[in-house]
Amino acid sequence: MVTMAKPDVCQIMHWLDQVPDPEIPAISLVDLGVIRDVQWLDDMLQVTVTPTYSGCPATAVINMDIETALKSHGIEKVALKRQISPPWTTDWLSESGKVKLEAYGIAPPRPAGGPSKCPLCGSSAVEKISQFGSTPCKAQWRCTDCLEPFDYFKCI
Amino acid sequence: MDAKVEFLLRLGDNALVLGHRVSEWCGVAPVLEEDIALANVSLDLIGQTQLWLGLAAEIEDQGRSADDLAFLRDAWEFRNLLLVEQPNRDFAVTMMRQFLFDVWHKLYLQALTQADDDQISAIADKSLKEVTYHLERSQDVVIALGDGTEVSQTRMQSALDRLWPYVGEMFLTDTVDAALPGIAPDNASLRDAFDKVLAQVMTEATLTIPDSSFTHKGGRTGAQHSEHLGHMLATMQTLQRCYPGASW
Repeated sequence: MVTMAKPDVCQIMHWLDQVPDPEIPAISLVDLGVIRDVQWLDDMLQVTVTPTYSGCPATAVINMDIETALKSHGIEKVALKRQISPPWTTDWLSESGKVKLEAYGIAPPRPAGGPSKCPLCGSSAVEKISQFGSTPCKAQWRCTDCLEPFDYFKCI
Repeated sequence: MDAKVEFLLRLGDNALVLGHRVSEWCGVAPVLEEDIALANVSLDLIGQTQLWLGLAAEIEDQGRSADDLAFLRDAWEFRNLLLVEQPNRDFAVTMMRQFLFDVWHKLYLQALTQADDDQISAIADKSLKEVTYHLERSQDVVIALGDGTEVSQTRMQSALDRLWPYVGEMFLTDTVDAALPGIAPDNASLRDAFDKVLAQVMTEATLTIPDSSFTHKGGRTGAQHSEHLGHMLATMQTLQRCYPGASW
């Protein structure tokens, strides 16, 4: 029987980097930092995934999207492993992910606790509307120059 | 019942019952931002519920899932604090309840991250990040409304007076805790830190902490829940009770 050569981990990470986050499609799952490990266990590919927030409804969709993507590349046996420790942090968001977020109109997380500038007009005159936003990972801010509200990716 | 399972039910039921209570605001909160914030807090708590009750079910090993524990137990089998089952009433009571619970919850989870049990400390670590964020918000709201208008100040004071008798239960210890040395935090030892935060926030909120140490008990042991829990469960569990095993 002829079996397909097992794609290496770099190749697989590259494939996963093409899978968009279901709620913020501007960035990939790899950008989001939720893929913690990929390794072959014999002929089974184990992907270790960490949830962003414990109740984030996107978690189930993320798992499904990972399986679908890998199957489309010919990997039949995929095992998803949930890992909650160490807990996900926005420090794991990739640098390219932060750039993509800002271009998409979402201010990237900052340890200082708020956005440095409005992602729409670039003004630093910003104020918080609410600590929470349209998804668990975001808060609502507003620019007092261009007056547009915008999302800020919470720093945790 | 195994002490660890009982201990995990307490953690999971606190998160579940408060998570459900807070979700009752979804779609009817005073302003859109608050509606979204409340729904997010609720979502975090339900997520934590899945982790705690999932672990309880796994250790219990009776073939039950986290969902079974949430939807198929009756009031006397619940192990949540009486504080979290108290009805929402108004926005003031909801936010005061949240603040009182968040202060304790954060201290408790901080202690629990040091637990001599990898699965428990991992869930505590994960939850702590979310709860720290919840506390930032509930504290801001308590201060803003306490030190707000005459109406908001009166409402916040009456919320604090109403909920105060439920605070003491958070610091009780019993045989379940004693059976888990190295895991169960010493509740009584958290009281000083709790009182310190409370004194500071209530001063800033221009609210007066009631001068009474009377405490209602019976939630965390399941011995005497308030009548409110049964009503809440009737709503929360109705689907699984009417259509057992229903899924989508």
